[in-house]
Amino acid sequence: MLRKAFIATATLSLAAAATGAQAAGTLDAVKEQGYVQCGVTSGVPGFSVPDEQGNWVGLDVDVCRAVAAAALGDASKVKYTPLNAKERFTALASGEIDLLSRVTTWTLTRDTQLGINFAGVNYYDGQGFMVKKDLGLTSVKELDGATICVQSGTTTELNMADYFRTHGLEHTPVVFDTNEQAATAFDTGRCDAFTTDLSQAYGLRTRMTDPSSVVALPEVISKEPLGPSVRQGDDQWFNIVKWSLNAMINAEELGVTSANVDEMKASSENPSVKRLLGGEAGLAEGMGISDDWAYQIVKQVGNYGESFDRNVGKDSPQNIDRGINNLWNNGGIMYAPPIR
Amino acid sequence: MKYELQPTLPPPANTIGVIGWMRKHLFNGPLNSIATLVLAWLAFTLLTPVIDWAFFSANWAGTTREDCTSGGACWVFVGQRIDQFLYGFYPREETWRLNLSFFLMLALILWLAIPKIPAKGIAAVLTLVVFPVVAFFLLTGGVFGLEAVDTHQWGGLSLTLVLAVVGMVASLPLGVLLALGRRSEMPIVKSLSVVYIEIWRGVPLITVLFMASVMLPLFFPEGMSFDKLLRALIGITLFQTAYMAEVVRGGLQAIPKGQYEAADSLGLGYWQKMIMIILPQALKMMIPGVVNTFIALFKDTSLVLIIGLFDLLAIVQAATNDPKWIGYATEGYVFVALVFWIFCFSMSRYSQYLEKRLQTGHGNRA
Repeated sequence: MLRKAFIATATLSLAAAATGAQAAGTLDAVKEQGYVQCGVTSGVPGFSVPDEQGNWVGLDVDVCRAVAAAALGDASKVKYTPLNAKERFTALASGEIDLLSRVTTWTLTRDTQLGINFAGVNYYDGQGFMVKKDLGLTSVKELDGATICVQSGTTTELNMADYFRTHGLEHTPVVFDTNEQAATAFDTGRCDAFTTDLSQAYGLRTRMTDPSSVVALPEVISKEPLGPSVRQGDDQWFNIVKWSLNAMINAEELGVTSANVDEMKASSENPSVKRLLGGEAGLAEGMGISDDWAYQIVKQVGNYGESFDRNVGKDSPQNIDRGINNLWNNGGIMYAPPIR
Repeated sequence: MKYELQPTLPPPANTIGVIGWMRKHLFNGPLNSIATLVLAWLAFTLLTPVIDWAFFSANWAGTTREDCTSGGACWVFVGQRIDQFLYGFYPREETWRLNLSFFLMLALILWLAIPKIPAKGIAAVLTLVVFPVVAFFLLTGGVFGLEAVDTHQWGGLSLTLVLAVVGMVASLPLGVLLALGRRSEMPIVKSLSVVYIEIWRGVPLITVLFMASVMLPLFFPEGMSFDKLLRALIGITLFQTAYMAEVVRGGLQAIPKGQYEAADSLGLGYWQKMIMIILPQALKMMIPGVVNTFIALFKDTSLVLIIGLFDLLAIVQAATNDPKWIGYATEGYVFVALVFWIFCFSMSRYSQYLEKRLQTGHGNRA
């Protein structure tokens, strides 16, 4: 693992060194080619997945679309490049994509050694535990001595071992090759609980025989902040991506949705809303994009809450609880700096 | 006393027909009878649920997962996604271009494959020279008023076929050249061929694809982006060429030395000797090996999913991750397996037919 990490880092440092100098001017390049090149997964439910018509949908995809709406005024001008976990950073460093929005956890090493910058967090993920509702459990601490289904060879397994050891609890891990197998085994009663990253756990829950009988325990035992990232060395582009995401979160906080954005733009007296929707000229000057950038984002993509509900939340099959992904003034930790 | 010829009696009833066949093949002695019964019972118990799942209690009609209620296979999922499985993200109004290319190819293959249709020479030229050009412009577009379709929109079965067909068509002639090179008496040509073959055979295809997709872009100057599909195609072709070369070399070695000497004594030059005497005989013997390589190549194309190209397998996998259809992966994979099987089995049958047709007395089966 260490050696793999070293090779990956060495390759990417090489890449960063080779391409860092020319990284500036992403916005110009994007305008010239007419689309944003966005790196996504090859299929993670709710985050980026092609729908029946072949359109990409998901929470991560909405970030790509928001950036396209801000930079080009058209959210559909995105070229999606599906990437696997190993090639994602090289694809960004080599210029194959302009923006990586692919369930990528923001960590120190990635942010500082791979020649990339994380532009924010669009989903606070973490490892959690799913149990059957009729067991009446309320906390992971009550899982002492339990058998727990888990995917083998992942940090998930290690996190769980660490957590149980530090809390002086016993457990028997039952390991499987894939998350799907672990979920099925849990569903058929092979284990008392099932653990993985919560965003995936909810997706897997939908395929169980009775999804409503399965609940997530409140403890989240690891931090997995997922967010979009860009190449280092082009601060203008970095700002556009960062503020596209911030605009979506701010829009939700201000109550601006894709449905009422025209009305709000025309009649709202709230200065924050006016600033968000381009009522104050020159705000977007530093980013080199049009003043109605945030209006375009909300109009074409929606605010963060709409995107969340549509892709992973209450209007989607996964039905993930907003939890910590709620706004800061609503019990969560989603907080965007003000637009002014 | 009559010396009249009696009419030939039919064989006893229990040695002909279904009963006779069964006695001979299934119940030939107590041990075989027991084996037959046990295997029949096993086949019955194992196959009934599968057949029931796949046909009788399967759901065929509908549009959403709510239509899949019977507990059997949910073919609705495949039905809803079939366009995507076949065409990937190719714009729907342009899919006629994929269809046209496919049917052109099919027609040409039939022309070549069915012995009764004349003018094979023209067909060969059309297939190997004209068709690739036509198909290239049809698929990529951008000329003659056709809308340009970027390769990142290609996918599904059509991408699998593009990868497989290009790999096959390009690797066979290159493989022949390499095999001739390896058997050449010119030291430089020979050593280069050996080095090439041994290097490419020594690395797994997955490494080649990974190199092509991850490492290669790093060596290009900024702004020069090399199409990902093209990189994969080149990688697959270079890889398969090495295998093909070894198959061809096997065929060349099977030709008796006398044939070479006879050609030499007729005063034929190297290329005349190869093209007119050696290769026609060798290629015929190589059919099983070549088809084996083709089938392996066809299946290997699904490895491109690890570099983010959506071939048939990858696009089905992506579809099974659609939150609306989560949990119907089995149907998807069964569909993929069936499609792959149909293509591979057809290739295998055609090769057997070719072997029979070209059988001219060499080998032990004469």
